[in-house]
Amino acid sequence: MTLDVAWVDRWVRRTAAVVAEHRVELIELDRQIGDGDHGENLHRGFTAVVGRLDELTEPPAQIGDVLKLVATTLMSTVGGAAGPLYGTAYLRAAKVTGLPELDAPAVVAMIEAGLEGIVARGKATTGEKTMVDAWSPAAAAAQTAAAGGATALEVLEAAANAAEAGAVATDPMVATKGRASYLGERSAGHRDPGAASSALVLRAAVTAATDPVVPAAP
Amino acid sequence: MRTALVLVSHSARAAEGAAEIARQMAPDVWVVAAGGADEGIGTSFDRVLSALEGVFAEGAPGVVVLTDLGSAVLTSQAVVETLDDDLAARVRVPDAPFVEGAVVAAVEAQQGGDLDAVAAAAIAAGAQFATTTTTSGATGDGAADAGLADAGTAHGGAGDDVHRETVTLRNPLGLHARPAALLARAVTDSGVAVRIGGADGRSVLELMALGATGGQELVVEARGPGAREAVDHVTSVIEGGFGEA
Repeated sequence: MTLDVAWVDRWVRRTAAVVAEHRVELIELDRQIGDGDHGENLHRGFTAVVGRLDELTEPPAQIGDVLKLVATTLMSTVGGAAGPLYGTAYLRAAKVTGLPELDAPAVVAMIEAGLEGIVARGKATTGEKTMVDAWSPAAAAAQTAAAGGATALEVLEAAANAAEAGAVATDPMVATKGRASYLGERSAGHRDPGAASSALVLRAAVTAATDPVVPAAP
Repeated sequence: MRTALVLVSHSARAAEGAAEIARQMAPDVWVVAAGGADEGIGTSFDRVLSALEGVFAEGAPGVVVLTDLGSAVLTSQAVVETLDDDLAARVRVPDAPFVEGAVVAAVEAQQGGDLDAVAAAAIAAGAQFATTTTTSGATGDGAADAGLADAGTAHGGAGDDVHRETVTLRNPLGLHARPAALLARAVTDSGVAVRIGGADGRSVLELMALGATGGQELVVEARGPGAREAVDHVTSVIEGGFGEA
């Protein structure tokens, strides 16, 4: 299956469905070390994104058109830091995906641009128990896979696997950025909600490429 | 048109309050409050975006955005990132204290400062307040005199070209925010580096940090061309009591 505009449409809708499914879990994670609004905020944001996709009268020509719509919608509907962080990730990703279809190097460029956006906004580095701990290994894994001659889908899978492992690896970390850092040592023993949702988003990209069924609106 | 300000706080009322203070200091500067979110406390991408679009639509040459905590900074930066490049180049989001930065930036904009000058003034506000507060704490009520002594030493060698007047503050509240802003404007308009009580007369924060109250004597001094006229003018502004005496 090619990573085309129909795929990115399915990716976004699947993300909305997955976030809806994991809403309570994300709220619970965030309640442990944050302010408990991450699941609710993302759910509201992606629900709004699907609404705007449905309003389009003609299909977008390029992958980046869809990602830009996601970016601006998340920025204006997701409160707290997650809106600007995810919004900038999608915005930067949109800038490098002005294409009708993604090949392996384009997938790498998209994930790297997303990571750069999050780092530019949040000023975090790896090991600080943030979204970066999912996105950074994802970008590195994508790069390695592409360099080894993997297909676009294989690159995406490598990124999703690395993001999931990266999210799990935040469990023992002590937060030094974001609201969880107010808890200091007590933040250890809980998964970072931003890293967890990032892994869900990247996994949804893979599922959207392997499963042609478009999930119903959450 | 002058550089405009957009104030982004988690609270709509905090943003409006800071804008209110800034506007009093700088009546000709466009200060827009963009605080709060639809659900109450928070920051709103749409509110910040429409505030920026609004001031640009009115012809502001540049806009300095001042923010309070965390997501206010992220939201403002994200808004700038979505603007067209030519507009984005005319926005600054300086790392500056919210209220102090807004006041100092507004005064700088009132005095005709461009985008970078206004942003720099806001950034300097933090350090300025911290430094003056420390100095004043270290020297107790002699802070104003200490500044004066420094100025005297600096100008000492020149002697004859320094013009100096001693004036008594007539209004009971002394150099609080509004009179300090009036005075800073008078000094800036004169084009001469007038020192008041040892403080830089162009700096509203330094003037406020003097903590000078009614009945206190202040030395007004300047040197070089135009010094006499500038000192006389500043002295008359102080003697006028700022409409409060």
